[in-house]
Amino acid sequence: MRHIISVLMENEPGALSRVVGLFSQRNFNIESLTVAPTEDSTLSRLTVTTVGSDKVVEQITKQLNKLIDVVKVVDLTEGEHVERELMMIKLKATGQMRAEIKRTADIFRGQIIDVTSSTYTVQLTGASEKLDAFIETLGTSHIMEVVRTGVSGLSRGEKVLSL
Amino acid sequence: MELLSGAEMVVRALRDEGVKYIYGYPGGALLHVYDAIFQQEDVQHILVRHEQAATHMADAYARATGKAGVALVTSGPGATNAVTGIATAYMDSIPMVVLTGQVMSHLIGEDAFQETDMIGVSRPVVKHSFSVQDPEEIPAIIKKAFHIAESGRPGPVVVDIPKDMTTPTERFPYEYPKSVKLRSYNPVSRGHTGQIKKAMDMILDAKRPVIYTGGGIIMGDASAELTELAQLLNVPVTNTLMGLGGYPGTDRQFIGMLGMHGSYESNMAMHHTDLIVAIGARFDDRVTNGLDKFCPTAKIIHVDIDPASISKTVKADVPIVGPAKNVLQEMLALVKASKKEIDKEALEIWWQQIEEWRARHGGRFRTDDSELMKPQQVIEMLSKVTNGDAYVCSDVGQHQMFAAQYYKFNKPNRWINSGGLGTMGFGLPAAMGVKMNFPEEEVVCVTGEGSIQMNIQELSTISQYDIPLKVICLNNQSLGMVRQWQDMNYESRHSHSYMKSLPDFMKLVEAYGHVGIKVDKYEDLEDAMRRAFAMKDRMVFMDIAVDPYEHVYPMQVPRGSMRDMWLSKTERT
Ligand SMILES: Cc1ncc(C[n+]2csc(CCOP(=O)(O)OP(=O)(O)O)c2C)c(N)n1
Ligand SMILES: [Mg+2]
Repeated sequence: MRHIISVLMENEPGALSRVVGLFSQRNFNIESLTVAPTEDSTLSRLTVTTVGSDKVVEQITKQLNKLIDVVKVVDLTEGEHVERELMMIKLKATGQMRAEIKRTADIFRGQIIDVTSSTYTVQLTGASEKLDAFIETLGTSHIMEVVRTGVSGLSRGEKVLSL
Repeated sequence: MELLSGAEMVVRALRDEGVKYIYGYPGGALLHVYDAIFQQEDVQHILVRHEQAATHMADAYARATGKAGVALVTSGPGATNAVTGIATAYMDSIPMVVLTGQVMSHLIGEDAFQETDMIGVSRPVVKHSFSVQDPEEIPAIIKKAFHIAESGRPGPVVVDIPKDMTTPTERFPYEYPKSVKLRSYNPVSRGHTGQIKKAMDMILDAKRPVIYTGGGIIMGDASAELTELAQLLNVPVTNTLMGLGGYPGTDRQFIGMLGMHGSYESNMAMHHTDLIVAIGARFDDRVTNGLDKFCPTAKIIHVDIDPASISKTVKADVPIVGPAKNVLQEMLALVKASKKEIDKEALEIWWQQIEEWRARHGGRFRTDDSELMKPQQVIEMLSKVTNGDAYVCSDVGQHQMFAAQYYKFNKPNRWINSGGLGTMGFGLPAAMGVKMNFPEEEVVCVTGEGSIQMNIQELSTISQYDIPLKVICLNNQSLGMVRQWQDMNYESRHSHSYMKSLPDFMKLVEAYGHVGIKVDKYEDLEDAMRRAFAMKDRMVFMDIAVDPYEHVYPMQVPRGSMRDMWLSKTERT
């Protein structure tokens, strides 16, 4: 099963490499990874999506917790949560495709954030499946470049991951 | 406040931490630190002949005392030479602080002379690491390093110190912190009372219980509590390779080591038990054998300071996260207060069964199939001559398993071996580290002619510091453990397990100023060994010729259950 694991950690040099190293060292899989400082600049928040059995995911959270720089770990998928990923996608936009892309972007609530006579760059936010669906709908032959941030997420309601 | 340079701070912080010896080897990046060492007498530096030995000395000191050992190595090759020792300590959860020199900050990343990214290289084998970015941080970082190394599940910590952090002319106020607080690191100090109660109920209800303990009892200083609880309940105890000495080896309730080369009775007991009480042990592959066949009828209580060790390989029915000592104390209090008693009748039947197993195969070996001495005989003699009281520091191979099986450890912290990593070359420096710190005790290195050559250069360090340890070299003229596997799985094709051109160990040790004693016949063994131990102020190397064809038994059949064992070259369970 796919899990979204959120990690609050010290914003220290080397902390990120310890987290990433842990995954490769213990043969855990990483589907996506995103990290940035929080409102408190001494802390970073990292979100990793991984696929594994319950046993493996239990090990992942335990091993992450063991890292000295890690303050807290939560598996967001254990409870109700919201998740978003941002994608920017550059497409060949000539002839009929110009209108087609615009229409599809509208349906997906995307925004066109860069335009040339032959290209569109669309920005799209949502759950990862929505971004996948957008790519599928337009077909890979028109895609010039894709960049995705990886998943970020929060628990719903009052629950927070903080010091 | 006193003003000190970074180099002086390093040494002063070690002094303030109560460190007596540091083990190391100098180099360019550490010249300022070595100059500071020269100008004081509180912290004594021991110069090894290879950085790996420095780490093993520090590690063995920690294994014998529970306190972090300290190694000091220069950047680049000094640091990489230390990696094996760091990994050895990491695998066995041994507290250690390794200070590594680094090139000047402004050169980092430029492939400077003797630059190695030690934080990166050591990352998978350390509990944590620090890189000093400002000399003023040195006291706090060293304090944190010791705190992290020694608390919770212990482990090695690397502190990487760029040379410009130690410049003698730049001085800063020095104060050694009295305590540390890390918001992201708070190891548990006690187990969950509800879980402990639940566990105790299960123990009192069990019909065929076994207590299985590991290195956590030794490093967690819980041997007395374990012994009291086991004896109060009359439950059999088995130890892992790392846990030997945690329960008295000569006590009736001790059923031997378990696992790959565990005793017949302990592996049988594990297979048939209805309740495993695991404390400070981690169900590793050398213990469990085939996981799918592991202890089919057992419920499992698992006590460990590290939550990640629980249910990692074998799922625990009752997990208890906490220090062994505290959890055992609470268990003891519960048993003493409980009206309910353990099922004595069931236990009586269980003990009869165990005694039957013990009588059937317990620790016998043949002496009639070879002219030469058996390695087991040598270890039995060693146990006798030293009254089971010596610090036994082992290398890795058959001799290690024989030492584990036949030396009767009655006290904790005396069996010192590389269990998790299996590092050949560990034994001699380990014995040095222990002997330096316990000069009045008998300290023995049990080794093979293969392993001893992996850190043989330390014979020179031994002369320099007069470290009168004893070496018992079980010379089977082969990489015995490799050869055994080749005999059993590769139709005796002895690919590169034969040691050609062995040195004349007598001449070799004499060249370094030590005493050598060669023994070929069992009749001479006791006298020779007593002679060796009588030489209190000399390092004596006993080169003992043993049967090269001997195998270590029992040996579990790969991927089988706990009870699937070879008991000799011809018998199988
Ligand atoms: C550094 C290292 N290299 C290789 C091995 C693999 N290995 C395990 S036991 C062994 C043979 C050890 O020979 P010796 O020290 O003579 O001991 P014996 O088994 O003969 O008693 C080898 C090569 C190891 N454990 N460590
Ligand atoms: Mg050998």
